[in-house]
Amino acid sequence: MTWLLFVEQTLNGIQFGVFLFLVSAGLTLVLGIMNVVNLAHGSLFMLGAYLGATFLAWTDNFVLAIILMVPAILIIGILVELIVLRNMYDRDHMDQVLATFGLILFFNQAVILVWGPESQGMNIPAFLDGSIEILPDAPYPIFRVAIIAAGIATAIFLFWLITRTKMGMLIRAGASNGQMARALGVNIRLLFTVVFGLGAILAGFAGLMSGPISSVESGMGEDMLILAFVVIVIGGIGSVRGAVVASILIGIVETVGRSILPFLMGKYISEDAAQTAGPALASMLMYILMVLVLFFKPQGLFPARTG
Amino acid sequence: MTRLKLAVIIVAFVALALVPPVAHLIDEPYYLSLFARIMVFAIAAVSLDLILGYGGMISFGHAAYLGTGAYAVAVFSFYGIDNGWLQLPMAIIASALVALVIGAICLRTSGIYFIMITLAFTQMLYFLGISLEVYGGDDGMDANRSEFVSWFDLTEDINLYYLILAFLILSVYIGYRLINSRFGMVIRGSKSNDLRMQAIGFPTFRYKLMGFVIAGAMCGVAGFLLANLTEFLTPEYMHWFRSGEIMIMTLMGGMGTLFGPMFGAAAFILLEEWIPELLELIHQGWGEHWWVAFGPVLVILVLFAKRGLWGLIPDRSRNDG
Repeated sequence: MTWLLFVEQTLNGIQFGVFLFLVSAGLTLVLGIMNVVNLAHGSLFMLGAYLGATFLAWTDNFVLAIILMVPAILIIGILVELIVLRNMYDRDHMDQVLATFGLILFFNQAVILVWGPESQGMNIPAFLDGSIEILPDAPYPIFRVAIIAAGIATAIFLFWLITRTKMGMLIRAGASNGQMARALGVNIRLLFTVVFGLGAILAGFAGLMSGPISSVESGMGEDMLILAFVVIVIGGIGSVRGAVVASILIGIVETVGRSILPFLMGKYISEDAAQTAGPALASMLMYILMVLVLFFKPQGLFPARTG
Repeated sequence: MTRLKLAVIIVAFVALALVPPVAHLIDEPYYLSLFARIMVFAIAAVSLDLILGYGGMISFGHAAYLGTGAYAVAVFSFYGIDNGWLQLPMAIIASALVALVIGAICLRTSGIYFIMITLAFTQMLYFLGISLEVYGGDDGMDANRSEFVSWFDLTEDINLYYLILAFLILSVYIGYRLINSRFGMVIRGSKSNDLRMQAIGFPTFRYKLMGFVIAGAMCGVAGFLLANLTEFLTPEYMHWFRSGEIMIMTLMGGMGTLFGPMFGAAAFILLEEWIPELLELIHQGWGEHWWVAFGPVLVILVLFAKRGLWGLIPDRSRNDG
């Protein structure tokens, strides 16, 4: 293992982490502010990718595909909120879990009905294709750099939105005490719809960005959903700052662990045993991290319920 | 419990006992395996309901124990040990240990955290199963049926069927004894008000953890039976969709009832078998899309039919078991 490979893996880890942030940012807002378990977040991620692939095929323009996808996923998100989730706010978490589980079943099959069972192809746009040399002799794909840039931009936008705008103030008020905010005249219902729509856009955007580097297929959102849960648990529910830190942490632990652990273990135990135990341990690494964090900080790294 | 409910239960168990001769008579061995599968998941659903319905612990990771029990059979079988007297205790011990570790960590949290962490742990075990190439990775591997030498021969489908039925009855009996015991009362009390239970002196954490472990071990037995029934092991047994399905079964039957989940499991699996066939009859190719219909049905069930199938049976007293 060379240093170059280590640097590349770390970059991959950061890219994966930024990607996780895009998925979990929306979910942590919805969970923290609305106190609702939304398993269908993964479905919105998947729909974002499908819609993106379709719009890309129509327009042949990646930027235009993003611009078209945003209102489409927003409408779907708002419909989901109005039809299903709105009736769930006063129910216990069990009901929310099952109802949104029903939504997953529905959406996973619905995309197969609409788009067919085969996975959708999505090409990397020409202007983001190719690679650049960040370090000498270490080419890195531009598209992955673009994902990192998009994630950073999203994080800055969210911080601005939450800490500098009136809407952000309302979001923070709703998160710390919804009842009181409502009593003071804030339209909490509308606020919830807006937050859910924002979460849907973030999920859809993450899905679209994942399209060119993974396959767009039914059920693609579920693994992401569970990773996002781990991120949120580590970062603290409702905390965007926590989501940033936890996603980068998980991204690096997951990616670097997977490539380095078998190699490291090979130094201490036999090569064969390391080849077996390494991947097994690597797949558990981020959950072990979660356990450690929870052990010392049961509320996550940034327990504040505000941005 | 009303007389009507008692009658329904007796009829249900007699019907289950009569499945093998009837299936033999009409020469449809398919029903034997179908109802065996229903009973395996009934055990899993009954065990989940002990912590979910009675304990208020929304565990989204019950499939973990199903998988652990199944691995206990298949891994021993892999090394040529088919002795059921070894496999069954191992299935119980292993799933109880897994439940102990998961429970000890998860029960420190509550609410949304609890749901997400139980889910995450199950998914961890699922990925662990996939990465264990020795035991088939994500392809899974075949498993021999357990041998209970000189007692009964599980290679006979009928013997396996009645073994599963016996375990179902045992699970329901254990559940009945548990929820009506002092131990069960503490767990039920902690569901309605954990703080108050602590205030009057019960260390609720320990009680809840014990309940969590018992439910896990019970579901481990279901896993043991599942591996015997399918003669196959796959990490899919631990996939979080399986956890969701067991939850749906519990909900469909009636959460917080002893017998409800049993009927929920039957309803779920029969719907899963029959709706696609029905849709296929209406229009060719619709069968595979039944989830599109079932998803919204689930949402509607959650919204309007919280008491489940068991709650549909007329009932004068509301606080039955």
